[in-house]
Amino acid sequence: MISVFQQHGQELLVGFGNTLLCSVIALFFSLIIGSTFAIFEAVPSRFLHIIGRVYIEVFRNIPLLVIGMFFYAVVPQYIVSIDGFTAGTIGLTLYTSAFIAETVRAGIQAVDEGQMEGARANGLTFMQAMRHIILPQAFRYVIPPLGNQFINMVKNSSVLAFVAGFDLMYQGDMIASTTFDTFNTYIAVGILYLVITLPLSYYMRYLEKKMD
Amino acid sequence: MSSFAEAYTWINFRFLLEGLWVTIEVSLVSIVLSFIIGSFLGIIRYIRAPFISGLFGVVIDLIRNLPLLLLIFFTYFGLPKIGIRMNPLAAAIAAMTVFESAMIAEIVRSGIKAVDTGQMEGARANGLTYWQALRVIVLPQALKKMIPPLVSQFISLIKDTSLATIIVLPELLYRAQIIYGQNTRYMIPMFLALAVMYFAVCYALSLVAARLEKTTG
Repeated sequence: MISVFQQHGQELLVGFGNTLLCSVIALFFSLIIGSTFAIFEAVPSRFLHIIGRVYIEVFRNIPLLVIGMFFYAVVPQYIVSIDGFTAGTIGLTLYTSAFIAETVRAGIQAVDEGQMEGARANGLTFMQAMRHIILPQAFRYVIPPLGNQFINMVKNSSVLAFVAGFDLMYQGDMIASTTFDTFNTYIAVGILYLVITLPLSYYMRYLEKKMD
Repeated sequence: MSSFAEAYTWINFRFLLEGLWVTIEVSLVSIVLSFIIGSFLGIIRYIRAPFISGLFGVVIDLIRNLPLLLLIFFTYFGLPKIGIRMNPLAAAIAAMTVFESAMIAEIVRSGIKAVDTGQMEGARANGLTYWQALRVIVLPQALKKMIPPLVSQFISLIKDTSLATIIVLPELLYRAQIIYGQNTRYMIPMFLALAVMYFAVCYALSLVAARLEKTTG
């Protein structure tokens, strides 16, 4: 197994970097999209509620792989040519946004109603109150679940292997299929995933405990 | 639009439905197995038995933090190197059961932990043994708390069966790929069919769960 690192360290490192890059990009955009849909559900508008609900239910109930492959196979043929990494990252972003929307929505609901009433009574508009009063408090509640979403995202980014995204899983698969040393290669790949996910998951558990 | 009419022939449709059945079969077997194993592991984690609880904890944490896709690859392509050979169906079920058992163990453990400690103390004070109290008083209450996370875990399990397409398990996604591989004009109709079929199964399960939560809660 150590020989896998010695002989193919370069390729594994590229994959490791791409996995991290894809996860960070997807996290950034899905935080924006997810929070937007979460706010849709807090706004007193039936129309926005329905849009938010439909987005969340659709993307939560379809496999990420199907979404990713749609962007890899269909979009280049009919709309615009994108590479595997981009297609996979878009798929991952849209998929994770639905989960983040649910998480943030729960966070907004956990903030005391009096906060919004007080802010409105003090002359803030709904959006101002949301931005300055509610969301900062909501984010405090949602940091541990968001961290867990990020861990899921790192793991889920392995679907990039299906769309030639040059992520860790893809690189590992390439090495395994050229050297035929599948057993040791996949263990090496697993260790690299754990380097990212394990410390994060212990840190989130620590944060959860601290918040109780 | 004609591509839709061409793609949705009865033969193609039946071919997809057979795939959906494989998806459901693999999901059901994995759900049942991982619920049994996961509950067992979760309880062991909870009772803090010396040594084994800690050991299981480490193993569970390692598995939970790996991508399921890697476990599928490892089971199907890696394990034959040490003499364990499985067909795609067995490999998919084995990999999913290992992964989901670890996820469910964690849900079960935190579900039991969320039950007020006074329940156990009260039961013990009333003369029940530790095991009686756990089985009759604590676990039924914990189960109620575990239903929502368990159901979302089962839904992601159903969605994750699509990953087994990589080891040529003839499930729904694999079959759709075969159909649009014959003619790229069938691509959009096939992706639409995939989305509708997966959505129908997963959403139905979440509706049942919401119902269940209302009646037990």
